[in-house]
Amino acid sequence: MTNGTGRSDNLADLLRAGSTPLAARWVELAAAPLKGRLSVAELARELDELYAAILAGVASGSRDIQAEPYAEARALLGDLSRRRARAGFTPSETAIGVFALKQALFELVDRAEVGGGLPEVVAASQLLDGLGLWTFEAYAKAREEVIDEQAEQLLELTTPVVKLWDGVLAVPLVGTLDSARTQVVMEKLLESLVVTGAAHAIIDITGVLAVDTQVAQHLLKTVMAARLMGAECTISGIRPHIAQTIVGLGIEFGDITTKASLADALRHALRRSGVDVIAADGRR
Amino acid sequence: MTREDIPIVADEDVVRVRQVVRSYAQRAKLSLVDQTKLVTATSELARNTLTYGGGGSAVVELLGEGRRQGVRASFRDDGPGIPDITLALTDGWTSGQGMGLGLSGARRLVDEFDLDTAVGRGTTVTVTKWSR
Amino acid sequence: MTGVERIPILKIGDVLLASIQVDLQDRDVLALQEDLAEKISATGAHGVVLDISAVDIVDSFIGRMFATIAATSKLFDAHTVVVGMRPAVAITLVELGLTLGEVRTALDLEKGLAILAELGEQAPR
Repeated sequence: MTNGTGRSDNLADLLRAGSTPLAARWVELAAAPLKGRLSVAELARELDELYAAILAGVASGSRDIQAEPYAEARALLGDLSRRRARAGFTPSETAIGVFALKQALFELVDRAEVGGGLPEVVAASQLLDGLGLWTFEAYAKAREEVIDEQAEQLLELTTPVVKLWDGVLAVPLVGTLDSARTQVVMEKLLESLVVTGAAHAIIDITGVLAVDTQVAQHLLKTVMAARLMGAECTISGIRPHIAQTIVGLGIEFGDITTKASLADALRHALRRSGVDVIAADGRR
Repeated sequence: MTREDIPIVADEDVVRVRQVVRSYAQRAKLSLVDQTKLVTATSELARNTLTYGGGGSAVVELLGEGRRQGVRASFRDDGPGIPDITLALTDGWTSGQGMGLGLSGARRLVDEFDLDTAVGRGTTVTVTKWSR
Repeated sequence: MTGVERIPILKIGDVLLASIQVDLQDRDVLALQEDLAEKISATGAHGVVLDISAVDIVDSFIGRMFATIAATSKLFDAHTVVVGMRPAVAITLVELGLTLGEVRTALDLEKGLAILAELGEQAPR
């Protein structure tokens, strides 16, 4: 419920009059579930700032937390939620920070020290519920950001492009290939060809457990794109059951060079670039 | 600006479409590869509008839907329309001088593709690409 | 209406080099095809290098130009190499389903010239 004309609660007065005991009790209640993972001094600093921002909003007369007077309170809560989410606190541990103020306020009204009654309790309740939900949403958003970042880092980590020889690059793929990851590999490999000027690339899939149609198509497209750019791309290390999958899916590898092992692929690439590998005693 | 109208009546308008779509794709934070795919698709469609539709117009829009953003481009002409859609979307089929990859190729380069045409009533092709 | 943008064609030894630095309109593409055909015939060049490292999109019309230039040069016994195609362009062309016919490709100008030199040695004239 937003503030209509003729609102008759004295919430602002109550928050002003009771600010010292309220803030102290709020910090106490909010600190308990955090079990010392955040220092009380730090928490007190955060909540003091927040208390002032909420009071400013309440004093404006508005009870709509989406309204302009609450902009600062929303921003502070947003930051707080993000910090909690990144520090690994749970949603409850984060939201309790807001709801604890409600409890502190009820206790204060109950003791009847600074006045205030049902209208104030109802108003505070609605307001803090709204801010609590806001906190929760900010928390969820921050978590999503964290997950996205991690997914991206994982992609980066798991797709190294290594230089095997002058003019020969390789990407050893390990684990389960999905469409998104294969696409990242494809782009990174092609970029590396431009940067290094390497005319040969080897995609080694010895460590790949399974491929589906889409992934196989992506691998094929990588090879074709490399060719359009003027580089030759070899696929090595196809396991027997993956070979069967590829044939079973009816995917044509056409004139794409495939080699049983990375060593074979390297030998092939070297030979294509005019290098022959001969053992010191003359035997290959 | 989240929407732009571009008349397609001459050769240089195809280039203009490419430039506008590129800037919108950058604003929607599409990856470089996705930008390139979308710009290429719209280049094909703008040329179709000019060559087969006898000219028309394009509308480029920035889309926001939750956490993802996208770009939608719509090409409209009042030309003769396409009598056989299935045939027109077949690789290698062409009614003109092209390689027959215009429509079918453009479709492969985007996330959403919509073709609305009737003989004598003109053609509207709408394509959308979303950020990942 | 703007005029036709003429892509400059340089002659290095017996190779012609056209470096595309602008966003190509269809008529620029056609003009380049004509200019190259004339220049090959006039100079007796044995190779053509198209440098597209500054080109950020290749659609089917531009792609067809590469194939046409290659086919035309072949009539004058010259080979064509397209150099410097960007990864995003290559990925897009594969998705588009475009093949470049007779056209050879190389990562950069140096490698492109090496390919032409090699092709020239194989068929001495």
